[in-house]
Amino acid sequence: MSLHATHRDAGQVTVVDLSGRITLGDGSALLRKTIRGLLDDQRKMILLNLADVDYIDSSGIGELVSGFTAVKNQSGDLKLLHLTKKVRDLLQITKLYTVFDVFTDEGTALRSFR
Amino acid sequence: MASDTKHLEITLDTQVDSVNLAEEMCLRVAEAAGFGEDDCYRIGMSVREGVINAFHYGNQERPDKKIYLAVDLTADKMIIHVLDEGAGFILADVPDPLAEENLLSTSGRGIFLMRAFMDEFDVISGRNGGAEIVMSKKLPTPGSTSPNGQGGRNAKPRQEA
Repeated sequence: MSLHATHRDAGQVTVVDLSGRITLGDGSALLRKTIRGLLDDQRKMILLNLADVDYIDSSGIGELVSGFTAVKNQSGDLKLLHLTKKVRDLLQITKLYTVFDVFTDEGTALRSFR
Repeated sequence: MASDTKHLEITLDTQVDSVNLAEEMCLRVAEAAGFGEDDCYRIGMSVREGVINAFHYGNQERPDKKIYLAVDLTADKMIIHVLDEGAGFILADVPDPLAEENLLSTSGRGIFLMRAFMDEFDVISGRNGGAEIVMSKKLPTPGSTSPNGQGGRNAKPRQEA
């Protein structure tokens, strides 16, 4: 299953709803394009909703880190919402769970940007 | 090779689609061998990472080079070989992705994930000078599978040597 991405604005925050797999090739490329596009539009507060992302490989992890760094470099913030168990486990064993701000509730996540 | 070993091999082009093809092929073998959902996920991910490593680092994404994938199913384990046509590498030279200075690196986690998800993992010099990844997972015994992530044999990664 390839990756699909839509985004919606919630005040200053843009919520990106992702579904599918973030893997080498189209999935990683779409995530990169989405984040870079938001930054080009000066949308620097980004919440990635990963509720429907059931698979990420090392390429996808790299793209998440790349996006996180790109957003931070523009004084923005990129946070994660609704991790599936597999994705959470992957971020934990790679120690990235402590790098990203991760939320299980969208309202709480949105308020954290203020 | 023991007579009861089942052997399967395929030559893959150096392209992104080969990663998915290799994963799907090995997943089918793993499922047929009786691995549970979690172990299939770990095996599939490890095969992906092995082929990504061959595609990107070994063959430098050069379409004139090939990737060789082989699977041996013995009486007690599934062994996977991924061979590239690159210059080879020394496992001990691979940076630790968990080191503080590497946490925000955008690459370099593939080897770590294979080591974490498989029972045995090694990199040897291949017959053509490239790198050959050899990794295996013990076949499940009745009652030993963990279908829903309740701590398979390798829930925690092994430390780098």
